[in-house]
Amino acid sequence: MRSDRAPLGLKVAAIAGLLFLHLPILLIFVYAFTTEDRSYQWPPPGLTTQWFAVTWNRPDVWEALSLSVRVASISTVIALILGTLAAAAVSRTRFFGRETISLLVILPIALPGIITGISLRSAFNLADIPFSFWTIVLGHATFCVVVVYNNAVARFRRTSGSLVEASMDLGATGFQTFRHVILPNIATALLAGGMLAFALSFDEVIVTTFTAGQQQTLPIWMLEELVRPRQRPVTNVVAMVVVLVTFLPILAAYYLTRGTDTVAGSGK
Amino acid sequence: MTSADTSPASPVTAPDAATRLSDILWRRPRLLIALLIGPPLAWLGIVYLGALFALLAQSFFSIDEFSGQIRYELTLSTYAELFRAYNLDIILRTVAMAASVTVAAAIVAFPIAYYAARYATGRWKAIFYLGIMLPLWSSYLVKVYAWKLILAKEGILGWLFETLHLTWLLEAYLAIPGIGGNSLSVSWTGTFLVFLYVWLPFMILPVQAALERVPPSMLEASGDLGARPGQTLRHVLIPLALPGIIAGSIFTFSLTLGDYIVPQIVGTSARMIGQAVYQYQGTAGNIPLAAAFAVVPILIMAVYLWIAKRKGAFDAL
Repeated sequence: MRSDRAPLGLKVAAIAGLLFLHLPILLIFVYAFTTEDRSYQWPPPGLTTQWFAVTWNRPDVWEALSLSVRVASISTVIALILGTLAAAAVSRTRFFGRETISLLVILPIALPGIITGISLRSAFNLADIPFSFWTIVLGHATFCVVVVYNNAVARFRRTSGSLVEASMDLGATGFQTFRHVILPNIATALLAGGMLAFALSFDEVIVTTFTAGQQQTLPIWMLEELVRPRQRPVTNVVAMVVVLVTFLPILAAYYLTRGTDTVAGSGK
Repeated sequence: MTSADTSPASPVTAPDAATRLSDILWRRPRLLIALLIGPPLAWLGIVYLGALFALLAQSFFSIDEFSGQIRYELTLSTYAELFRAYNLDIILRTVAMAASVTVAAAIVAFPIAYYAARYATGRWKAIFYLGIMLPLWSSYLVKVYAWKLILAKEGILGWLFETLHLTWLLEAYLAIPGIGGNSLSVSWTGTFLVFLYVWLPFMILPVQAALERVPPSMLEASGDLGARPGQTLRHVLIPLALPGIIAGSIFTFSLTLGDYIVPQIVGTSARMIGQAVYQYQGTAGNIPLAAAFAVVPILIMAVYLWIAKRKGAFDAL
């Protein structure tokens, strides 16, 4: 049977699709080195590394980067706690409203971001809450919960319940079981979920435009440059750095969750 | 360590607080569930649902045409404004864009998902997995920016057409009213391409998940019974992949409906729902109308999710 060899047309379409996904991002890397600073001219008239130095000396870029990192870190911690709790509850037992919890967790990313954003903004307005670091975190943590939750639920499902029972039978308390049996089992899933949450928060722009007020996270800085380009070469360099910074956690998350398809404790 | 370690030897020692608490939780699983689910439920309930209701409530208020102040009386007049011709245009235009992006994404995604699910093994499996995950997670703004570079008049696409002596073709295409424009970066086609690009991975993943569950023996059976590859595709493969395609379309459709950044950066001056919401709540200061506009995608998605649930799309997520 020819089932183990792909038809040529399929292969070409699949590879073309992958190229379509990747070539535009690679293009950014070339533009970061161009000498042209007024237009998006292709091919670049010359190559230079001077824009890296220019970007390095821009305080506004550093401030935006620092705010983004702080927001993403705090949001990730909150999302880790809330997401793990929700996943533990949902995977332990079937209880009334279980489906509703799943829906509620997914809703902030299933509905368009602009709805989350404008909802939060009108709530802040009604409650007279001024924009601050914490209003950004509030929004980010809300939609980051879902990635932690998804990773943790998948791992809980693959962790056999008999492990927990065995631990309890051997006399461990619930807390000891959590510390010595459950946590080691779900640790890599949490780490992966946390990294994805960080990447999600680091990159978020739609909700942030509504909850940031005058503060600039890195994506907001980029959005301003996109709408009203002032210094295109600096934007190119920042774009390239953002690509590199988000790739690392994603690669790490991939290696952390690889090969976890088998159920732990199911008698290997 | 607590007394649990030594309990067989000394059964009379009183258990410490942690052990007692653990015992209480063990005897009352409902209490444990309540403690686990409490914090996330409180957060999402108060922060998210609370905000959502605050928004919905505002859509039933209206704005005073003379003073520009919000009148806090319940009325449906703001919703009636949605049915004015220019607002209806925005809604229809956005839905048409969301629908065409969804269809195109399904067509482009299918071969990638099918190859990854069925033929890729070993190293290629990893390449395909990362090849889909990296663009999915890489920065949304950077992706939009990359397309601004590509579609610009002096950009790589224009250069490509020029090098191939096909500039006349591009110009003829751009002259078509409706989808064309001065250059690709200010055309409807440009907006469509960027949407297709940024949401494509959201379509590939669920389709791939659905295709991975199709047993190869089923395709072989179809072939053995005399079906040509095209017939197998149409009558076996696509029906089995449909829940995955619908699951993916939830994302492509919903994300396109609410986006206001892509059409703002690459596109024409004709607005989409997201831009209308953004402008009404921002510069125009008409929060009730913005809220009413925001309800439109929620309603469309509610209907969409209801249909998707009936077709079994959630099992493919």
